Amino acid sequence: MLSTKYTEKTKLTKDEIDRKWWEVGDYFRRNSLWLLMYCTGCCAVELPPSMTSAYDMERLGMGPMATPRQADILLVSGYLSLKTLRRLIYTYEQMSEPKYVIGLGSCPINGGIYHDSHAVINQLDQYIPVDVYVAGCMPNPESILNGFVDLMESIKNKTANSWKKYRDNNEWYKQNQKDALGEVIIHDEFHE
Amino acid sequence: MILNILIGIGIAFFGFVLQTSIAGINRKIVGRLQKRHGPRWYQEFIDIFKLLSKRSITHGWIFDFGVIMALGGIIATAMFMPLTNNFLAFENFDNFFIFVYLIAVGMLGMAMSASGSGNPWASIGVMRALTTMLAYEVPFLIVVLTIINLTGNSSLTEIMLYQQASGNNWFLIALPIGGLVGFIALMGMLGKKPFETYVAPAEIASGPMVEYGGKQLGMLFIMNEISAFIEVSLFVHLFLGGATNIFEFLIKYFVVYTLANLISSVNGRFKIDQVVKFFYKWPLIMAVTQAVIAIYFGWVI
Repeated sequence: MLSTKYTEKTKLTKDEIDRKWWEVGDYFRRNSLWLLMYCTGCCAVELPPSMTSAYDMERLGMGPMATPRQADILLVSGYLSLKTLRRLIYTYEQMSEPKYVIGLGSCPINGGIYHDSHAVINQLDQYIPVDVYVAGCMPNPESILNGFVDLMESIKNKTANSWKKYRDNNEWYKQNQKDALGEVIIHDEFHE
Repeated sequence: MILNILIGIGIAFFGFVLQTSIAGINRKIVGRLQKRHGPRWYQEFIDIFKLLSKRSITHGWIFDFGVIMALGGIIATAMFMPLTNNFLAFENFDNFFIFVYLIAVGMLGMAMSASGSGNPWASIGVMRALTTMLAYEVPFLIVVLTIINLTGNSSLTEIMLYQQASGNNWFLIALPIGGLVGFIALMGMLGKKPFETYVAPAEIASGPMVEYGGKQLGMLFIMNEISAFIEVSLFVHLFLGGATNIFEFLIKYFVVYTLANLISSVNGRFKIDQVVKFFYKWPLIMAVTQAVIAIYFGWVI
């Protein structure tokens, strides 16, 4: 039985209120994930069937977007050469937070079949943090969609924190990027 | 006065909810058309609230101010929109030209904001949007001026009452060629597929929206929904005889928007010069023909 005595209302602290709002936001964020597809590798051929009527990504609320500013997920499909890695980092830093990264195929995990190439990086998460990997060479549409569902689950469980990781460990990532790409000496629009 | 303003804001909010739901249902319809399951019908709401919950960057105060100006201008336009022939916020302020003037405030706000981002795609998109506007407004205005000539009044309520009076038909039937021109112009206003040149995600990276992310993009989405509400309602009131009650309005609104969307989903995209050439060729000829037939010969069904 409830006590009839007057008890003072427990006031929520600011952190708790923030957390509550964040959970409300998480519902919207995980049900409307917009993709920016960075299709440099061969895994990109598996994306059209997962988008169109065969597997229909849109029923999960996902869809392709045109620019990094509008997108939530950076989908890295396949291997990354050093030249494309530089563009990938520019793209990633332009996206608005909260942002997530999905690595498609085995090339972002350990280099895949290009592991001994001089022009290709082997591990993507040395340079930018990755939330979900979808292994396979190439992964079929079922496993790609499974990866998306995994990302939704981890947003729900608050474990998709890669964008916080990038902010907290920014120096370490920057150092790795510099080691791989080298310093840029000339600063103009043609030489970056 | 305060009550009128509150009713006006209510109409704008109603328009937002209505258009967002119908756009969501239409995404499902298009999904079924392509043999897909399609998203949930409230997906558009989720998208907008997600965008408002994200963090965003700014490109200077023009960029932010333009977005607010666009949203405010469009809400101000929607406040004057009559829903049925006896429900509107400001009595005697439902003249057709009020909408023509006020809708430009929102569009110019968006143009200013997009140019303020400094992205070349945004400037190209704004240029294309204004060019498309220039193209469809000429035939559309000729048809609307014909209607105003026939009814002798430019108030939307009066035009509605004229069509509902016994002995008169809807203007879609009375002026069949003009009704067709009006519908083509509506497709241009809504930015549906053959005339989607200024968004063109695969070509100019979604045009004016290229630099927006997070909250600004969410506000632009709301603006886009309310402007679609204004445009489709204008078509319903001018050509489909308006509505005597709200359910009639909802049915007519849904039919018009769904038809535009279905035509859009089976079409490709024109180039910008093709859009201008198209609008200045067939719709313009048809509009002038209709005006001559209706005004000089007096052949109105």
